[in-house]
Order: sequence, then C-alpha cells, then structure tokens
Amino acid sequence: MSDTHAQTVAYVRDTMLPAAAPPLRESGAVRWLRENLFSGPVNTILTILGLLIVWFLVATFWDWFAHSVWNASSLSECREIIAATWGEGARGACFAVIRERWNQYVFGFYPQSLYWRPTMTFGLLMVALAPVLFSASLTIRRVVLVITAVVTLWAMSVLGAPVGWLLFSAAVLVAGLLASERNIAWLLPFSAIYPLLGVWFLWGGSLWGPIFVLVGPLLGWVAWRMLSGVSPLLATVAALLVTLLFWMGLAGEAARDAENILSLSIESVRSDRFGGFLLSLTIGVAGIALSLPLGIMLALARRSDMFLIKSLAVIFIEFIRGVPLITLLFVASLLLNYFLPPGTSFDIILRVIIMVTIFAAAYMAEVIRGGLAALPRGQYEAADALGLDYWKAQRLIVLPQALKISIPGIVSTFIGMFKDTTLVTFVGLYDPLKSMSDAVRANIAWKGIYWEPFVFVGAIFFLICFGMSRYSMYLERRLQRGHR
Amino acid sequence: MSEPINRKIDRSQMSISDEVAIDIRNMNKWYGTFHVLRDINLTVHKGERIVIAGPSGSGKSTLIRCINRLEEHQAGHIVVDGIELTNDIKNIDKVRSEVGMVFQHFNLFPHLTVLENCTLAPIWVRKVPRKQAEATAMRFLEKVKIPEQAGKYPGQLSGGQQQRVAIARSLCMQPKIMLFDEPTSALDPEMIKEVLDTMIQLAEEGMTMICVTHEMGFAQAVANRVIFMDQGQIVEQNTPTEFFSNPRSERTKLFLSQILGH
Repeated sequence: MSDTHAQTVAYVRDTMLPAAAPPLRESGAVRWLRENLFSGPVNTILTILGLLIVWFLVATFWDWFAHSVWNASSLSECREIIAATWGEGARGACFAVIRERWNQYVFGFYPQSLYWRPTMTFGLLMVALAPVLFSASLTIRRVVLVITAVVTLWAMSVLGAPVGWLLFSAAVLVAGLLASERNIAWLLPFSAIYPLLGVWFLWGGSLWGPIFVLVGPLLGWVAWRMLSGVSPLLATVAALLVTLLFWMGLAGEAARDAENILSLSIESVRSDRFGGFLLSLTIGVAGIALSLPLGIMLALARRSDMFLIKSLAVIFIEFIRGVPLITLLFVASLLLNYFLPPGTSFDIILRVIIMVTIFAAAYMAEVIRGGLAALPRGQYEAADALGLDYWKAQRLIVLPQALKISIPGIVSTFIGMFKDTTLVTFVGLYDPLKSMSDAVRANIAWKGIYWEPFVFVGAIFFLICFGMSRYSMYLERRLQRGHR
Repeated sequence: MSEPINRKIDRSQMSISDEVAIDIRNMNKWYGTFHVLRDINLTVHKGERIVIAGPSGSGKSTLIRCINRLEEHQAGHIVVDGIELTNDIKNIDKVRSEVGMVFQHFNLFPHLTVLENCTLAPIWVRKVPRKQAEATAMRFLEKVKIPEQAGKYPGQLSGGQQQRVAIARSLCMQPKIMLFDEPTSALDPEMIKEVLDTMIQLAEEGMTMICVTHEMGFAQAVANRVIFMDQGQIVEQNTPTEFFSNPRSERTKLFLSQILGH
C-alpha cells in the first residue's frame, strides 16, 4: 500500500511477489471440538442429545455383551453360569451356541468330512478374483493372496482334507501368487474356468459334466469364427444356438459316456445339504458375477434405437422390478417345474440363482442406465467420428466411463442382493439367518435362544457388506482421472 | 476478438487438385419440422481449405456434421471420397475413418491417457499393431508440440493443449479430410493462437480442411474459399480477399460489420 494512493490510478508493480506458505492455523483438539461439536447453541444441544442416545444404547446392551458366555453345552447351562457369576436376574448373551454350532452356520448340512471342499473353493475363488478385482496394485494382490494361501491351507488341513487335494490347492495358490508377481493377466484363463471348477468342487460328481459344459461355448466360438465373415449378427445367433443345442442335446449323454470310459468323480453333495453362509455366498457370488453382465446388456438394450429390443428390455426391467423377490423365488421353487419338460430336474439352488440374478440385473440395468445418461453426448460423437463401431465404442469408450460413474449404485445393488439371499428360507433352503437358527433351536439344548444367532449372523453380513463398500470406495479412488 | 495471424503463410505447397473430395448435391435436412439445411450444393476438391462462417443457428455446424454423418440428411446426396452416405453402416464407418473431426469441446476420452486417446482408433479400427500406433501417435503429438504430455490424462491439460491433442488424435487415423467444428470457440484468448498455429501448419501440408470458425484472421490467411451461411443456406462464397473486401449480399455485409466492426 505504501506506494499507491487513493487519488492516483496509475500503478505499476516493480517486483513480483513470491508464493508464500499459508498461515499456520491454530490447531489442536480444543479448536476441533469447538468447530465441530459446539459451534453454536443448536450444535451444542444436538451434540449433547447425540451423546445421550449413545450412552443409552451402550448402557442398555453393555451388560448383555459383557456377561456373555462362550463355554457351555446348552442354553440352560449358559443361564446357570450367568446367574452364578453375575447374580440372580443378570442378563447375558449365550454365544456358546455359536461356538457349538458354528459349523452349521458356515456349512449348513454339508457332510462334515467334506468341509474342506467349500473351504478350498473359497480360497481358490480369491485367486480367480485377483486379476479381476485387484489387478492394479501388486502390494494388495500380494497381501490378499498370501493371506488366502495361508488361511486356506491351514483350514483345509484342520478340516481333514486329503493330501492330494491339499497339494493341488497349494499348487494353484502358489501358481496364482507367482502369476501375480509376474503378470496378473496370466490368471485370466483360470478366472474364466473357475465357475465350472467351483461348481464341481461344491456339488461334486463327475468332472466330465463341467468339461462338456465348457465344450458348448467352444463349439459356439468355432461357429462364430466360421460365420463372422458373412454377417456378425448371423454368427452371434449361430454361436448361441450351437452352444444351447449342445448343452441341451449332447452334453449330458457325452458326459455320462466319458464318465463310463474314465471316471473322474468325487463324492457328490445334494443341494439340500447346502446351508448357512456357504449357501449365501454361493448364491451371492454367482448372482453378483451374473447380474453385472446381464444388467449391462439390459441397460444398453433399453437405450437402443431398435424398437423391439428396447421394448423387451423395458418390459423385462419394469416387470422384474415391480414384483417382490419372494414372488420370484416361489416361481423358482414351484412354478418353474410345471413349465419345464417332465423329467428334467432343475437344481433348486440353480433356479434360485437365476431368479436372484434377474432380479438384481433389473436394478443394475437402471443404475447403469443412469451412468450411461450422465456421459456427455460428445463422448459418443467422438467415438463415432473416429469410426469405432457400436460395440467397440461401448466397450472402449462408453462403458468404462459409465460403469465408473455407476460404481456406488452397482455396489449398493450387490450389497442388497447379497442380503436378500437370506430370503431363500421361504423356498425351504437353509439360509444362515432364519432357517439355520430354527434348525439350531430345534435341538432341545438350544431351544429358546434368539438374539445371539441374529447378532452373530448380522455381524458377519455386516463385515462382508462393509468390505464391499470399502472396496467400491477404493475402486473409485483408483479410477480417479484428474478433474474433468 | 480474433488474433491477428502474424505468421507468413507459404501458399506454394497448398495446391488444389482437380479430384473431388466431397460432393454435396441438393442436400436438405430437417429437425422435426424445422428446415435447418436448405438445398445445399457444395463441391470440395482435394487440398482445399474452406472456412464456413455465419451467425449462430445458420446451420454451419450441422452442415459439417452431415459430412461424417453425425447428423443424418433427409434429402439429396453426400459423396465423401467416392462413397455415398446412406444408411449402410459399413459405408458410414468407412467414411468416418477417412474423415477426422475436431470438436468445439474437444471430446477427448477422459479415462484414457493422451497417448491412449491417440492410439485407440488406429489400433481398433485400422488394426495397426500397438507399437506402430504408439510411434505414429508420438510423431503427431510432436507435431502439435506436446509429446511431453503423452502420459497424462486429458483432465490435467489446459484447454489449448486438449484441443491440440484432439487434433493429433484425428490425425493419427491419417484422414484424407479434416473437419473443424468451432475448434477455438471454447478456448481462452491466450490459447487460441496455439491451436490456430497447428491448423495452419496442417493446411500448409496440403490437408483438405473444412473449418467452421469465427476466426476471420485465420480465414484470411489460410482459406482458399470462404462460405457464408444464413438460415440454413449458402448465401455467398468467394475467395477470402474478395469476401472480406467486397462482400456482395446485404446479409454478409451486415455480418462482417458486426464481427469486424470493433
């Protein structure tokens, strides 16, 4: 100010100011409290009210948790221990039921001697997911895969896995780790065949079944290659037809014949033996993996210029979204058998997976449509102007951006769907929350136990869903590309 | 508004051949019932640099967007590089891969790096091997003078830099014709010059260019023909010297007095 005066307008700066550091803000806990909790009368009242509510909740539930008993063989024994330790009339949780029956909450009625099989399936799932979910960071992959390998092998050996399978798992886990160190994309073929492997591990039976299921798309691909020069549409239709016809006609018989020639069977487990978190995770993981591609196709179809495709997508989405999931599950368990040709037995878990998938896909389609709509028109125009055809433009330009925008919504749908897997209790499957707890209570020792299983199952659901939520935030951060 | 173009333009290289690059005959287009383009007739020869001027809403952008069929015309014929634009998607994609376009708002792909923006179409449309596509891309990025930004994302660049990347991205497809749709209208005055310089350089190398712009300095220095449009029709076309010094239609005179008057 020294060389400028109010009455003179002309001014020339002779030295430019260098950039200076921002002033040191007063810091510390007191300032933070004053700014965030007690900035004014309303804020102060709300803070006190909030603290009171927290206090009330903690005071109500604290002794129930604090008095919990983990070692007892029945509910009455629990109560005796609580009465003896904390006085007559004291309340306490009896988590001993979890300690006694954890295996049913985890595996349902899966044969005890085969518990190692779902464990292995889950461990190898992480290897299959590594190139899809954790492809960017070597450190994260290393941590996840090492922990997976150690925990899986330890759990399998504790659960009495045969040495051969233990070695097989160790080989896959180590191979996964090595591939992750060198080039994670090497694992993609394993990810591609994993669904079939997983089904085989869980349900058992002959390996020839999954192998011939795999042959279907291979034949379809051959058909596509032969016809793609003629017309892409014809080739796609032919590929789908060949695949479906092979599955429906030849696959079953071929698998049986092959099994007769060379038996590749492991002990089979029926679907009604599945239960607990094994069931929830099976349906949840399958539903998540299937509903995303289906949702993308539906969202693209709904935005299509082709009237018929657009109408079909709209009808499908609106119908599925307008119907409660339980209705669809009842359709899966009861009605579907009437429509199928007599004699076809269609696995109940598979039917439920299909219903859960289309239900989630309808929501997914709308979430993704939102992402597609948020893309500026210029992106489509630039892709067109460069000569990219529809599918290339979608795959390379539109979807990567639309899906990134939709991540929070997509993950919300996943979380909702995963929690909805507990609804399978209504079609007679043993979900961890209701059916499994009922089964546990059916035993006279645990008759009357109520809150503890809910708290336990709820906590596990929370951990998994919270994990998904954190993952989605990590993904959003990772895909950040400067300001737009 | 318009920066004076100080550079000396070498017009000796800018030869115009007899070959026809774009031929538009009796072309009409409607938006609903609104007649946006009325009976457009325009022949562009290889090597021509055409500037299209006119008030907003006169249909200039729509016209050049019809040339690579970002907009569909409803009557008449458009033949680009010997291929007539019809509903045949194969022909459309062929034309689009031969015609580069630069947009007002750059329309770079924000999820890809500058280099990936430039190599995407050559790799997926022209099936050029990645290594070769990257080498070509670096060559064009050097030409627009930003090779050092190749690894950055578009969101980290200034407007002028983004527009130069957009030009490089189009050039990587080695197009025969370049369309510019108000390439400098979204830029700060300081950045307009760097983009215009790139375009001038392109013109000197003999590229066939159609440019919708308000940069009359650019038109004077580079164009061999200026087209003035109003209400969806071509009102006047002439060499830039004649067009600016001796406009014939009243509409043109009014327009020129408005944009050059101050």
